[in-house]
Amino acid sequence: MIDTNTGGQGPIPPASAPDRRAARKRRLRSIAGTVLSLALTLLGLLLVTFIIGRVMPIDPVLKVVGDRATQAQYDAAYQAMGLDQPLVVQFFRYLTEVLTGDFGRSISTGQPVIEDIKRVFPATLELATLGTLIGVSIGVPLGVIAAARRGGIIDQVARVVALVGYSMPIFWLGLMGLLLFYGILGWVGGPGRQGIIYDGMVPHVTGMILVDSLIAGDWGAFRDAFSHIILPASLLGYFSLAYISRMTRSFMLEQLSAEYITTGRVKGLSERAVIWRHAFRNISIPLVTVIALSFGSLLEGSVLTEIIFSWPGLGQYITKTLLAGDMNAVLGGTVVVGTCFIGLNLLSDLLYRVLDPRSK
Amino acid sequence: MTQSLLQVRNLRVTFPSRQGEFHAVRGVSFDLGRERLGVVGESGSGKSMTGRAILGLVRPPGRVTADRLELDGESILNLPERRMRKLRGSRISMVMQDPKFSLNPVMTVGDQIMEAYRLHAGGSRDIARQKALEMLNAVQIRDPERVMKTYPHEVSGGMGQRIMIAMMLAPDPQILIADEPTSALDVSVRGEVLSIMDGLVRDRGMGLIFISHDLNLVSKFCDRVLIMYAGRIVETLAASDLHNARHPYTQGLLSSLPRLDAPVKRLPVLQREESWRDGELQIKLSGKI
Ligand SMILES: Nc1ncnc2c1ncn2[C@@H]1O[C@H](COP(=O)(O)OP(=O)(O)O)[C@@H](O)[C@H]1O
Ligand SMILES: [Mg+2]
Repeated sequence: MIDTNTGGQGPIPPASAPDRRAARKRRLRSIAGTVLSLALTLLGLLLVTFIIGRVMPIDPVLKVVGDRATQAQYDAAYQAMGLDQPLVVQFFRYLTEVLTGDFGRSISTGQPVIEDIKRVFPATLELATLGTLIGVSIGVPLGVIAAARRGGIIDQVARVVALVGYSMPIFWLGLMGLLLFYGILGWVGGPGRQGIIYDGMVPHVTGMILVDSLIAGDWGAFRDAFSHIILPASLLGYFSLAYISRMTRSFMLEQLSAEYITTGRVKGLSERAVIWRHAFRNISIPLVTVIALSFGSLLEGSVLTEIIFSWPGLGQYITKTLLAGDMNAVLGGTVVVGTCFIGLNLLSDLLYRVLDPRSK
Repeated sequence: MTQSLLQVRNLRVTFPSRQGEFHAVRGVSFDLGRERLGVVGESGSGKSMTGRAILGLVRPPGRVTADRLELDGESILNLPERRMRKLRGSRISMVMQDPKFSLNPVMTVGDQIMEAYRLHAGGSRDIARQKALEMLNAVQIRDPERVMKTYPHEVSGGMGQRIMIAMMLAPDPQILIADEPTSALDVSVRGEVLSIMDGLVRDRGMGLIFISHDLNLVSKFCDRVLIMYAGRIVETLAASDLHNARHPYTQGLLSSLPRLDAPVKRLPVLQREESWRDGELQIKLSGKI
C-alpha cells in the first residue's frame, strides 16, 4: 500500500536508495528460503533412498561377490563397501558419493549407474519435453476457447477429449496407435528411437537425438528420429493436454467473471483482447505451476509408454533394474527423478515471482 | 439541460430462469442531458442492470428490449458488437464499485490508462503517455510519473478509484455511468473522490448517471433523482424537491435517513407494499420523464 490512512491522496514516499536495498534484500531472502527448503527436500529424498537401500531384503555384498564367494571374500567386500560402519557414517558417505554423481555400479549393465543415467535420461527428457510441448500448445488454447465459449461446441469437444484422456488406459491407446499409424498406415517409425540405418550415426552431444541431429545438420537422421518420437510423444502429449486444458479452462472461467474483465469491455476492447491481453496474463501465473507439474509427471510416469514403444529411457531402466534387484541403479534413477521434481518446483517458483507483480 | 444526450424509453432487461422469465429491469424511461442524474434504490432493484444495458453489456442469456435507446439521436439498441465497441469507452463509459477488483492486477496503472486512450484515439505510445499523465494530474494524483509504474495492489482504494476515473475519462466520453463509485471506499475519502469526479464531469459538459443506494448522498450531489423499485422507476424528482416526494417508497427512504436536527431513538423500518411493484407510476414533479 502506498497510502492507507492519509485518505485518497497520501504523499507517495519517493523510493529512496535504502528502501530499494531493503526490498531487494527481502526478495533475496525469500528466494534463499525457497532454495533452502528445496535443499532440505532433496536431503529427505536421499535419506529415504538410503534407508530403502538398507532395508531391502537384497544383500548388496552378495550381488557384488556372487553366491560362490568364500566367507573371507564376502567379509572383505563387506568392509570395502563400508557396511561395518555406523549408519550415520554410512549415510554421510552415501551423501558425498551421490553429490559427486557416484551412484555405484549397476549389476545388470556392469557400468557405473551415472553412465547409464547419462544414456537413458536424455531419451526420457526428449520424449517428455516434446509431449509437454504438444500438451501445452494444444491444451492451453483449447482450455481458453472452451472457457470463452462456455457450453459451446468447442467446450463440449474439449470435455470429451479430456474425459477420454483421463479414462483410457495408456497401453491400449499406445498399442492401437502403433497398429494404426505404424502397422497399417506406415506414417510413423516403429518402436525404438531410431531406424537401424541411423543407429549411432549422429555424434552424441546432448543425448537427445532430435537436438543432436540438428547440431550435426543431418536432416535424414532428424526426420527418422522425429518419425519415431512423434507417436509416443503425441500419446504423452494427449494425457498432458487432457489435464492442462481442464486446468486452463477453470482458471479462465474464474478470471472471466472478474470485474476487471468488465472494465476491459467498458473501455471498448474486443473480446479477443479482453481474453488474451487481460485474462490470459492473469492465468499464465497459475498455469506455470500446472505445466511444470505435468512435465514432471511425464518425466517420471512414462514407464508404460517407454515399454510399449521400446523407448530406452529412464522409466524402462528403473523398471528393468528393479526386477533384477539392481538396487544401485534403482536408487540412482529415483534420485534423478526426485531431483527433477525439485528442480521444476524451484523453476516454477522463480517464474511465479517474475510473472506476478503481487509477489514482489 | 438543453438537449438530451441519452433517451431511454421502456427499457427492459430479462433473464430466463427456472420459474420462467426474470425481469431485472421492467420498463425504465428517462432522458439524460448534460446533468447529474442520480439513480437510487435498494439492492437488487435493477440499477446496475440499467447501466449495463445502456452500455450493451448484458450478456446472454440476458435480453435487452426497449421502445427507444438513443445516444445523441442515434439508436444504440442491440447494435452489432463491433459498432457497440466503438461507442463503449469513447462515448459512454463506466466507473464501477471497487477499484480493487476493477483494475487488472497484473498490468501497470499506466498501461491500463494508455490502453483506454489509444484504443479510441490511436496515436503513439508517447502521446498516450502524455495523456495518461495529464489525466492522473486531472484527478489530483501527485507524482503521476511514479503512479504510472505501480500495480493496482500498490495503491489505496481512494487512489484506485481516481485512477479508474482518469482511465475512463481519458478518451473523452460524453456520458459517464458511475455505479456506486464510492461504496467500497473509506468514508474519509468518499467526498474527495466525488468532488474530483464532479469537477471533471462539469468541466467537460458531460452527462453523469450516478447510481447509489444512498439517497442522502445522491440528493446532495445530483440535479435530479430517479427512485427505482423492483426494476421500475417509481418516482422522478429534482434533488431540491426531495422533501415533496409523493411515492410512499421514497417517503419511506427519506424517513429512514438519520437526521441530525431531529434525532429519533429508532429509525423507522421501511415498509414495502406489493402494490408498488406494479401500481400507478410516474409521479412527475419536474415536468419531464
Ligand atoms: N446474470 C444474471 N442473471 C439473472 N439475474 C440477474 C443477473 N444479474 C443480475 N440479476 C438480477 O437482476 C436484479 C437487478 O440486479 P442489479 O441491477 O445488479 O441490482 P442493483 O440495483 O443492486 O444494482 C437482481 O435481482 C439480480 O439478482
Ligand atoms: Mg448494483
